[in-house]
Amino acid sequence: MLARKGGYSRGVKVGVWLAGLAATWLAASPAHAADLADVKARGELRWGGDLQGGEPYVFEDEQHPGKIQGFEVEIADALAQKLGVRAKFMQNDWSNLVPALERGDFDVILNGLEETPERRARIRLSAPYYTYGETLTVRAGSPFKTLADLKGKRVGTLNQTVANDMLKASPLEVVLYEGQQEPYMDLAKGRTDAVLLDHVIADRYGCVLPELRCLPDDLARGHYVLGVGNDAPALQEAIDKALASLRESGELERILTRWKLWDARQKLPETVVLAAPVASAAAVTTLAAPVTPAAPPVRHFGRGHALLFLQGALITLLISVLSFALASPLGIALATLRLYTGRPGRWLSAAYVEVFRGTPLLLQLYVLYFGLADVVRLSPLAAAVLGLSLNYGAYEAEVYRGALSSVPHGQTEAARALGLSKWQALRHVVFPQALRTALPAVTNDFVALLKDSSLISVITVVELTKRMTILAVELRDWMTPGLMCAALYFVMSFPLARWARRIERSLEPIQAVEPGAEGEP
Amino acid sequence: MSHEPSIRLVGVSKRFGARQVLRGIDAEVKPGAIVALVGASGSGKTTLLRSMNGLETIDTGQIQIAGHTVTPQPSDAALTALRADVGMVFQDYQLFPHLSVLDNLCLAPQVVRQRPRAEAEKHALALLDQVGLADRHASRPSQLSGGQKQRVALARALAQDVNVLLLDEPTSALDSRTRDEIVGILRNLVKRAAHPLTLLLVTHDLNLAETLSDEVWTLVEGRLAHVAT
Repeated sequence: MLARKGGYSRGVKVGVWLAGLAATWLAASPAHAADLADVKARGELRWGGDLQGGEPYVFEDEQHPGKIQGFEVEIADALAQKLGVRAKFMQNDWSNLVPALERGDFDVILNGLEETPERRARIRLSAPYYTYGETLTVRAGSPFKTLADLKGKRVGTLNQTVANDMLKASPLEVVLYEGQQEPYMDLAKGRTDAVLLDHVIADRYGCVLPELRCLPDDLARGHYVLGVGNDAPALQEAIDKALASLRESGELERILTRWKLWDARQKLPETVVLAAPVASAAAVTTLAAPVTPAAPPVRHFGRGHALLFLQGALITLLISVLSFALASPLGIALATLRLYTGRPGRWLSAAYVEVFRGTPLLLQLYVLYFGLADVVRLSPLAAAVLGLSLNYGAYEAEVYRGALSSVPHGQTEAARALGLSKWQALRHVVFPQALRTALPAVTNDFVALLKDSSLISVITVVELTKRMTILAVELRDWMTPGLMCAALYFVMSFPLARWARRIERSLEPIQAVEPGAEGEP
Repeated sequence: MSHEPSIRLVGVSKRFGARQVLRGIDAEVKPGAIVALVGASGSGKTTLLRSMNGLETIDTGQIQIAGHTVTPQPSDAALTALRADVGMVFQDYQLFPHLSVLDNLCLAPQVVRQRPRAEAEKHALALLDQVGLADRHASRPSQLSGGQKQRVALARALAQDVNVLLLDEPTSALDSRTRDEIVGILRNLVKRAAHPLTLLLVTHDLNLAETLSDEVWTLVEGRLAHVAT
């Protein structure tokens, strides 16, 4: 597991982190979701979660950038110890945890994964490690008490949660959010009328706001469980055994108490709590919570955060530069195919451009990373670079096609009349002139790619924008991280635009005829 | 070699769609001769000139030029070899705007003839000197006047030691003083060439045709109507 108290200097840590990044890049992910034997052989239990989930699940230690903490980190460590291996956290976008598990990116999901029949039908689910209640939060003084009261109203929640399923079954308008703080911010501002989410989230992010009130009764209860690959029955069995042992020894209770999560819900008999609406209000009101969780401490932007931001910016820059370095020759090749070859080449090039330009980049990334996982297993960074370059190659093809067409035919004829072959004429006469024409549009596309690269967070890469959202949730502040993020994008794109302008000027022939040149002998 | 004609046309015909542009042209040009090709617009003179180096394909007949033969279906390799021995100057010059004057001259010798840069450069500078532009070798074409561009185009066409030079309306865009300069340079080039240099020029300018050329060919509706010596 990541040592949570490290003694290295920050510089060394960033270095180690970058080396790790390079290693991730080069190493393709393993072939399939590993079973127990693979985990033991590797000596590592890789568990997937999303740092954006924040406190108390799994989040970054602001004192030690690159280190993580949270009750799930401690549970993962304890489980791994029982299995005789180390735990290793794998960052993954929360909404894609299940496909990433199926793809084999990690061995288990451990990140507030709720037990539902649909999930059980798709992957293996472990025994529960936590019982949560669905808490309805409204504005103070609001008359709403049940979902039925909220008919036709706007109610916020997170995507892919049991709360979302419950809301969808009710006649009201569901508003979906990515992070757990935003629903409550919107509720406090009056943009929604209520929020339904797990009490773990509600207690920390909603009930603590003075404008809001959490209703005391759980609307339903359910379990957090681990997700295990379908082809890993032995791993599931071992984890269930380890969980039972942690429960018996009292270690699970100690971890949960330390994180102010232990309450009466944890002692309810198994049968009561299957994410079903709670039948009797009485059963719930007897649950006097022994601890009142406080809001997570307010954190401020510090040096550690700045370093994390720089890491994110570096990844964004690295991926953008590599992607564009591939997209440009691809675009030139496609444009050449389109303009200077026979019908099959022209058709192929046109089809490529229409397909890659006509479908969303996000979709292409999903297909590359998840859709093709059975055929070709790309590492997240490789998939990101490939996806961006394939997509931008289509745009560059059109830029270069326009630029090549703009070179007058007389130029090609003049080159051919000198004895240059078709390709020599292209290479020495047409291309150099087309490149100059293309430069402003190409620069424009690079700046666009720099920002489009934020989409790759869906395939687990933590780049600048994802880093910003993670920190915004952790700091409960969108302004500072947002401005920082914007500044970094600007710092990356502005000098490039200036540099491109300078090259352009140096390539531009001086249009004016020098004084006295006309008619001079 | 010197008694063989430099250019020989045998039954050259060409049609664009329904329009017969060239109708069975037979003619010969002696090495070192200057021939002016005149005729009304649409008489086929530019098409005939462009057929000489394969920029237009002919339908029937053949053209022997500078030791090469142009047929109705020429191979790419044959055309490339021919073009290296036959220079051409376009009406609108078509200098390469991204290259300096010197590089405009060195491109073909380096790429087509595979000459080393130093050799190509030396030859190019000598040619620029002959056309009076040695001091402009580093300029871009856009920095030159019309007459200067024409002189660079001439020098570029000659940079591969060609035997035949084709010129399309070499003076049409120039004022009379600049025209006279170009005429002087052309005469000088033919006179001072190391081996016989044959000039074939298309022009509207009868005065130019008479003062410069040894022969004037008049094309009328695709036929060679009149040859004056």
